[in-house]
Amino acid sequence: MNISVAIDAVPQDALPSASEAGPAPKRVVVAYGFWIFLLSDIIMFAALFASYAVLVHSTAGGPTGAQLFNQKTVAIETACLLVSSYACGLMSLAINSRRYLRTYLGALITFALGAAFLTLEIREFANMIAIGATPERSAFLSAFFTLVGCHGLHVTLGLVWLAVMMVQVAVMGFDATVQRRLLCFSLFWHALDIVWVGLFTVVYLMGVSP
Amino acid sequence: MTEARYDRAPGDRPSREMQASAPSPLFVYTTGLFLAVLLTATSFWAANTSLLWPGGVALGLAVLAIAQMGVHLVFFLHITTGPESTNNVLALAFGVLIVFVVVAGSMWIMADMSQNMLMPSPAPMSMQMQH
Repeated sequence: MNISVAIDAVPQDALPSASEAGPAPKRVVVAYGFWIFLLSDIIMFAALFASYAVLVHSTAGGPTGAQLFNQKTVAIETACLLVSSYACGLMSLAINSRRYLRTYLGALITFALGAAFLTLEIREFANMIAIGATPERSAFLSAFFTLVGCHGLHVTLGLVWLAVMMVQVAVMGFDATVQRRLLCFSLFWHALDIVWVGLFTVVYLMGVSP
Repeated sequence: MTEARYDRAPGDRPSREMQASAPSPLFVYTTGLFLAVLLTATSFWAANTSLLWPGGVALGLAVLAIAQMGVHLVFFLHITTGPESTNNVLALAFGVLIVFVVVAGSMWIMADMSQNMLMPSPAPMSMQMQH
């Protein structure tokens, strides 16, 4: 017993602390490992953000962000991802209370909004490429397509993952393994939304504001 | 063993047994959504308004973005300062440190370098090449 425990002497301290209680449950270990992965993923995004910030003015006489970006599209994309993240949260509540219908409904909304986001982004890219603003045009556009495209790729993988998870729920039910995977998925999806917050601020809003 | 104070998995809410005053999870998510929408709308307004000093807009946008990231972390990812989530917070703090070093460091070094490149050289290029 150390001194602080004796001084505090709150009833909770009668329980063994985490370090004395042996290995943590698998749910905690798995989610913590996935948390570390997400942080490393965010560090990779930080490197892409840094290269974008360095190259944003290197347009080589080509189009600038203010000429290319459409704020209305970005606002709709942001709304899609935000509500999708909320629906994902509601889905994880349904998973915890083991309700199939609500889980499927939450997953459906999450998937539909994620797909809507992706459609808008692909259409935006296609429009840009159609007017000659391709990644080869300038260093700015290379950095832009790498950064935003990498986020879009993550969203695509998230959608595939969500579809696979719903099949697993249908086949295996709310198995402990399935629940752990769904927890990791919801972490992934919320983290993508956090990356998007940085993205729409740095790329789109700072790009168009005077 | 179940009552041992294990660390909490990131993304898990504090259980109601552990914390009787914990608000209902639906309320937490809805508050998060409300705050995030508010901050996003403010960001879009700030980027388009002419009421603000233009030089401060970028700073304001950065502050709003960081605030919204905080809202997402607390209300959607349930990162708290409680003792059972110390590991999660420490990992996050380390991640934020690296992100800061990568972004600020790159921008600093590259800005410094491009400043040196743009500086009008006192001697013509051919003189420097001889060294």
